[in-house]
Amino acid sequence: MTYLRFASTAPPEVRRRPLRVRPQGPPPRVPEPPGGDDWGDHHGDEDAFRPPLSNACLGMLVFLGAETMFFAGLIGTFLVFRVASEAWPPPAMPRLPVGVTGLNTLVLLASAYTMWQAQQAARRGLLRRLLHGLGLTALLGVTFLLVQGYEWMRLLGFGLTLASGVYGATFYTLIGCHALHVCGAVLWLLGVTLRAWRGRMALPSTGLTLCGMYWYYVVGLWPVLYTLVYLA
Amino acid sequence: MSEAGAAVHAEHEREGFVRHYIFSKDHKMIGRQFLFAGLVMLIVGGLLAMMIRWQLGWPETPLPITGLFSEEFWDGDSWLAQTLPYGTITSEFYNALFSMHATIMIFFVVVPIMVGAFGNFLVPIMIGARDMAFPTLNMLSFWTAVPAYILILLSFFVPGGAAAAGWTSYSPLAAVPDYLGVAGPWGVNLWCISLIILGFSSLMGSINYITTIVNMRAPGMTWFRLPLIVWAIFIVSILLLLAFPVLTAALGMLLFDRLFGTHFFLPEGGGDPLLWQHLFWFFGHPEVYILVLPAMGVTSEILPVFARKPIFGYRAMVYSMIAIAFLSWIVWGHHMFQSGMDPALGTAFTLTTMIIAVPSAIKTFNWLGTLWGGSIRFPTPMLFALGFVFLFTIGGLSGIFMASTPVDIFIHDTYYIVAHIHYVVAGIIFGIFAAIYYWFPKMFGRMLNETLGKIHFFLTFVFFNLTFFPMHFLGVGGHMRRIYNPLHYEFLEPLQGINVFISVMALCLGASQLFFLANFLWSLFFGRRASENPWQANTLEWTAPSPPPHGNFLTAPVVYRGPYEYSSPEVAEDWLPQTRRVEVASAGGHG
Ligand code: HEM
Ligand SMILES: [Cu+2]
Repeated sequence: MTYLRFASTAPPEVRRRPLRVRPQGPPPRVPEPPGGDDWGDHHGDEDAFRPPLSNACLGMLVFLGAETMFFAGLIGTFLVFRVASEAWPPPAMPRLPVGVTGLNTLVLLASAYTMWQAQQAARRGLLRRLLHGLGLTALLGVTFLLVQGYEWMRLLGFGLTLASGVYGATFYTLIGCHALHVCGAVLWLLGVTLRAWRGRMALPSTGLTLCGMYWYYVVGLWPVLYTLVYLA
Repeated sequence: MSEAGAAVHAEHEREGFVRHYIFSKDHKMIGRQFLFAGLVMLIVGGLLAMMIRWQLGWPETPLPITGLFSEEFWDGDSWLAQTLPYGTITSEFYNALFSMHATIMIFFVVVPIMVGAFGNFLVPIMIGARDMAFPTLNMLSFWTAVPAYILILLSFFVPGGAAAAGWTSYSPLAAVPDYLGVAGPWGVNLWCISLIILGFSSLMGSINYITTIVNMRAPGMTWFRLPLIVWAIFIVSILLLLAFPVLTAALGMLLFDRLFGTHFFLPEGGGDPLLWQHLFWFFGHPEVYILVLPAMGVTSEILPVFARKPIFGYRAMVYSMIAIAFLSWIVWGHHMFQSGMDPALGTAFTLTTMIIAVPSAIKTFNWLGTLWGGSIRFPTPMLFALGFVFLFTIGGLSGIFMASTPVDIFIHDTYYIVAHIHYVVAGIIFGIFAAIYYWFPKMFGRMLNETLGKIHFFLTFVFFNLTFFPMHFLGVGGHMRRIYNPLHYEFLEPLQGINVFISVMALCLGASQLFFLANFLWSLFFGRRASENPWQANTLEWTAPSPPPHGNFLTAPVVYRGPYEYSSPEVAEDWLPQTRRVEVASAGGHG
């Protein structure tokens, strides 16, 4: 297990480390498949105890499944009202800032790219690049949140609140839930960054992988919401 | 491997009381914690039910507690004197009683015991793992549930009392605090908050079960060698994982409607009350299968053991559970035939509902096939498992009547529905009892008393049917559910005799549970010590000591066969553990 430390130059030989995650919980048991005559009748399943996906990654994927259903509930609600209404936005309700939010969408998408770069750096053991990538990602995330917050303030100023019928209610809950998720992702990312900064990150890092998965998820969800809520 | 065993033991010794019993990360201890939490709530929910039956049998008659307290006490303003004036159940409190009874039984008893307790205890050990994939998350899952338990219990004591809008909390009734006509909004608010918290607990549990079952199976434990209870927990975890977040979203919106003036479910702001019903039942129908699948799994474990025969149609059992899991997403509309939904849509839901009865029936017939020609023994777990099959059959059949829209228009929201839900959901309690009687030796290292167990079973079975079967007649007679006082309706007066009968039987049913309580508590400390494999069963948990140590197995198990090879010709004994390797696979009688 190597720990990342600052090095004045990149390590001379760039080794590719497979991003395999350390097993969580109790150690896996003997990987020797039992032999024997009665073993032959179940082809293919023998490797069940050498899982293709680590516990942590699988757990994260499962978690993201639940997140998806949560948002599906909210999006479904939004669509029910959106489809049923004749005028959207309803009369006397402010329109949503399509342009600014469009730019903001690009900001968030860019953060997925920087996250990917950070992970590439981690894979090669390049701490400086890793920190750089993570920092940039967090910065983009925060920018997204700030712009969102600013737009929310303006909308509130125009009189769009939670109590403004289903138009306001769906907007704030759906977009707000996403913003909360981005917030959580940024906090997590800052935690991971801090660990790397202090030289505490062991490679390959489960924390980084999971945080990355979550980040991609939150970023990937946004264009869907943007299209549905702002554009459609 | 004895070294490893010793190490496990030493680790065990070093754990302090708090680490071992309270903030334990051992799946078995967490399972026991969920079991105790669920059983305590079972008592609470049962007492609420007794009060409901008291009111329906003898409306507005003081409970037999009035004499316990003085006049001044009842004139005072203590919580009890306010909630039950002179021992009489008020209409507001009655609404809270049936709402909380259902909420507690479904969310705080059946799921925690079946999934939380038995899922936790059995999954790792039955697949041959030392623990869950994420032990810390497992601990968190229990300790996240605790505040939910506390809040739901506390809600009885807030101004206005506990949630009183039914366990389904239909809007607008539930969405506007004033509509319930109680003194404060916090009953339903706490109901929402508590269930949202419980959702997080369940989420952590699901992640753990799914990951554990996919990744941590012992060498040789292929998917089709998994015991059916593990399959059931696996499928239930997926259902919980995908269904609960939808409820969480809906609960959040309901809470917003109540607290922040949104109008998701209120027409005056453009909202839609039907949307709540859709979201709730989109969760709700998968939820009823979340409740019943583990009980089906328990039954599938127990029947082969005591019929000394392999389960009939193992794969059919697995595939029908998978089919149920898929179909359960597209039947929710059968709860809404009367809601003003498009009749064409209603017909579609009628069809899907009838179809979901098919895999349920396959399972029932397979249980019968398992019994056919077996050398059946009748210890208590077997009796309860057979009881479950019987009750599920009746409940499933009444479900088919209700699934047909024209019939349901007549019996919707009557006691017929109450009969149905109790045959299926309260029938699950038989599955729970079967599981407790069966795995108690493994969980606590002692046997439950058989005589008390048999008395418990026969009384429970008889009084259960005498309580719930007549409800079908009430329902067909037009007796609405959720009414405070049946005597307020002239056309229900002829039915009051049935109501009184049911109430007497229900009180007897409640009293019969004392046999269980006594047996459980006594055996916990003084029961006969259990051997490793008292039932001579095949699955892996019976190869571990009773109770199993931290880490479960003294030697890592390796699996050679499926879980139900009873009366196999390959060996002399009539059971053949999953870990046993038979050298010569000839048909001879030596092993
Ligand atoms: C054979 C399969 C089943 C069918 C066809 C079926 C059908 C139905 C139908 C049509 C209703 C709605 C009746 C109405 O409100 O008018 C209903 C209600 C209900 N069912 Fe089932 N059901 C089946 C199995 C189950 C199972 C296995 C459970 C639970 C373990 C269950 C639990 C419930 C509950 C709790 C309700 C009442 C919900 C409420 O309104 O409070 N059902 N069922
Ligand atoms: Cu249903």
